[in-house]
Amino acid sequence: MDVAPLAVAVPLLAAGLLTAIATRVNRWFAEVVAVAATLAVVTFCAILLVRTTSGAEVYWFGGWEMHRGIAVGVSFAVDAFGAGLATLCSVLMVAALVLMWRYRETDPPHFQTLMLLFLSGMVGFCLSGDLFNMFVFFELMSVAAFALAGYKIDEDEAVEGSLNFAVTNTIGSFLILTGIALVYGRTGALNLAQISEALPNGPSDGLLVVAFCLLAAGFFVKAAVVPFHFWLADAYAVAPTPVCLLFAGAMSELGIYAVGRIWFDGFADALAVHADGLRAVLVIAGCLTALVGGVMCVLQDHIKRLLAFATIAYVGLFLIGLALLTTDGIAGAAVYIVADGLGKAALFGAAGIVQHRRRSVSQRRLRCYGPGLPFTGALWVVGALSFAALPPFGTFLGKSLLEEGLVKEGYGWVIAVLIVTSALTAGAVLRAAGGIFLGWGAGGPRKATEEETSPEEEGAPERTPAVLFIPTVLLAMGALAIGLVPGLVEAFEGAAERFADGSSYVATVLRGADAPAIEAAPSYSAPMSAYVYSALTLAGALLVAALGLFGYRIQGSIAGAVTRVGQRVVAPMRALHSGHIGDYVAWLVAGVALLGGSFAIALQ
Amino acid sequence: MSERLRLTVFAAGVVGFGAVLVWGLAGLPSFGDFDGRYGQYLAHAAVPERHATSAVAVTTLDFRGFDTLIEEFILFTAAVGVVVLLRVQRAGEEVPAEPDAVRQPTAHSGSLRSVITALVGPFLLLGLAIVVHGHLTPGGGFQGGVILMAALFLVYLGGTHMRLGPFRPLAATEASEGVGAAGFALIGLGGIVVAGAYLENFLPFGRVSNLVSGGDIPLLNIAVGLEVMGALLVVLGEFLDQRLLMRKGRL
Amino acid sequence: MSFLPYAVAAWLFVIGLYGIVTSRNLVHLIVCLSVVQSSTYVLLLAVGYRTNATAPIFADISTSRSVVDPIVATLTLTDVVVEATVVALLLALAVQAHRRFGTLDPNEMGALRG
Repeated sequence: MDVAPLAVAVPLLAAGLLTAIATRVNRWFAEVVAVAATLAVVTFCAILLVRTTSGAEVYWFGGWEMHRGIAVGVSFAVDAFGAGLATLCSVLMVAALVLMWRYRETDPPHFQTLMLLFLSGMVGFCLSGDLFNMFVFFELMSVAAFALAGYKIDEDEAVEGSLNFAVTNTIGSFLILTGIALVYGRTGALNLAQISEALPNGPSDGLLVVAFCLLAAGFFVKAAVVPFHFWLADAYAVAPTPVCLLFAGAMSELGIYAVGRIWFDGFADALAVHADGLRAVLVIAGCLTALVGGVMCVLQDHIKRLLAFATIAYVGLFLIGLALLTTDGIAGAAVYIVADGLGKAALFGAAGIVQHRRRSVSQRRLRCYGPGLPFTGALWVVGALSFAALPPFGTFLGKSLLEEGLVKEGYGWVIAVLIVTSALTAGAVLRAAGGIFLGWGAGGPRKATEEETSPEEEGAPERTPAVLFIPTVLLAMGALAIGLVPGLVEAFEGAAERFADGSSYVATVLRGADAPAIEAAPSYSAPMSAYVYSALTLAGALLVAALGLFGYRIQGSIAGAVTRVGQRVVAPMRALHSGHIGDYVAWLVAGVALLGGSFAIALQ
Repeated sequence: MSERLRLTVFAAGVVGFGAVLVWGLAGLPSFGDFDGRYGQYLAHAAVPERHATSAVAVTTLDFRGFDTLIEEFILFTAAVGVVVLLRVQRAGEEVPAEPDAVRQPTAHSGSLRSVITALVGPFLLLGLAIVVHGHLTPGGGFQGGVILMAALFLVYLGGTHMRLGPFRPLAATEASEGVGAAGFALIGLGGIVVAGAYLENFLPFGRVSNLVSGGDIPLLNIAVGLEVMGALLVVLGEFLDQRLLMRKGRL
Repeated sequence: MSFLPYAVAAWLFVIGLYGIVTSRNLVHLIVCLSVVQSSTYVLLLAVGYRTNATAPIFADISTSRSVVDPIVATLTLTDVVVEATVVALLLALAVQAHRRFGTLDPNEMGALRG
């Protein structure tokens, strides 16, 4: 049975039908329909995942197959990573839908409709094999996300956050569209495999480089690579927490996936000689993103902004993995994406519990409550350990694969960036744990200002409802369990090898050829160095947390001088995140220019 | 960031960006020299394959119909999004239900109102014609849907904002939008059931230039027209409600 | 003439971005976003043009006439619909911004910092 079209059509149908009978629908009917449709999508994507481990699966819409070498119709070309990402998106969607049950719903079934449309956009984006089709799904996903980010429209910041999100991402999609126009002008094709075949036939000139640059820049806006990242913290701060879970765990990673997809299955053949140059540029972009994300993460008081900057930091690490353009790097990034996605989702779930019980998301305000919420605190710490990439978490495996890949390509120094970033983010999360759940930290109880509390219903509940707790626990267990599944790394390595093998993808899509067999990778065990780096990361994280919680007690001129220097370095960066849309767009334009310039030097 | 710094960053960026763009555009074939095999195949296969004379309609709704399905759903999403973003949250902000003081005619001149009202019928007919003839001539669901929306908007312009008590136009417009969107997706499923692939054109193709030709393309045009009309009316209705709120003095 | 349409597209993109960055009014900002959109329409349609070819509608011409590319027409149609809907969404946000902040000036909406 052809499940690929159903994975997209079922949520769309459900959304359409819910709206058709909108005024006669009560909330719980809409919830049931939404969850049922999402579970169906999970099933379809899982089936696709199982089927594609042995090679890509192609589906032609409208019955239009290849005609004399021209791809006439729109195709889905599903490989293991696409199916895997789609499965991750749909699983996180189930969690997000369930977590929203606690929110008071004002206008059913609109929220559920938006979520179903968002899901359809994400799944279609992962499965698509046609460049314009990818763009259209990208837009569907984005428009739904804009509306979902602004869902809590009665809060002032929601308007601004959603606006910044929408304007920057729309400019990103214009960049993608310009890139598509350039590619179409050169090749006359929109099917990715056909583009891959046609591009090397033309001259290798600026158009190729610029088209890839524009496409990559547009997707980097979605992925929030520096300097396109400014919108993300604003959007995460204002979106409802279960929606943030989806954004962090699934949406940001899709940008990185897309760049990988269009490189290997589009431009790699034509620009193959310049792969080293591309690697250099993207590794540096990844390092910059990781470090900016990590440093800004530590500086945040608002716990959702903290997690937002942590997301940016990890996107940097994923980009580094992809940028290596080798099996190790890609597999490492993929394992990291899945494991980190689950871990971050658990953290957002825990943040949602804190917000529900304490009516606040500000660490300064939450500290005033003193010790409490032990189980949620335990989940929070589990998330922090996942950030620190400790064994046996899945993130540990991802990181060790990345480290091996970096060393093999001569980028061993980047391991320092990995360690520092993980230490900063894990430390920030641990510091938050100390403040929120143990009441540690500077000051003690003091009157919180107006802006630090988020308006909710009156009266904080006494117990955490199961519907908030259980999904969070399951997500945390998932982050842990991913690292314990036997054969996982080997499976990812096999899938990564296929992902990087553009020519067999082209053969499968255009000529229906079977994918070549991949010899099974030897059983993976992380090298000793990975454990050492992990221990270093944990030590760094504990140091960061301790400094954050108790640093105010260190007196003395040296400490004061260090603090002042640190603040002078960090304050300008902080000021750049001003919330002003003009600033964000200015940096976006500068970023595209920079990326284009770097590609001009590196890819010519 | 200060305004000067922002402008400086932007100026530097835009010079680089412009240079990158022009460098890339220089690689395109000269204006008028494009000869893509894909486009030419579609243009000349439309009539023989689908008996529909508008190659653009066949491309939009058949060859690349899946893109159009998603595009239609994007419009749908935006309409739902506007409803969500403009929804009233607190009880005190209820949109007023037709107290006489608020109910003023939109167009103040009597002759203007007559002309506008007289135009509603022709606009409706024009919209329907464009939707239904989409596979034969330029036009189709999107274009015709906008005209249909304009026809119904003229009702507001020629009269007063309609909020008829318990039967809110929002219900009818949302139903139209949902039925149009779901209808397209369902026809696609019909493609699987009858012909084997999602969105495969499974109805008989008829004779070229007949109204009934092109298989399911006219049906898809009608679904799209319904959806576009409904979605745009939803969006308009939401903005008009905001205007009512303003008049009530709550803004 | 052969590069002019592309140059127009590039200019529209750039000038629209300038408008967005220096905007003092959200509605103006959204309209500038539309200007950037129109750059993509111009580019797409310019890419697909063929000299001495006519529209790909065969209702009144023979099927062997040379016609312009119908795919860019489809792409542009999709593009127009998509971007128009984004503008609608953004305008809704602008309405809400006016209600919340009493102003449409991005410089005065400072709720999110750091």
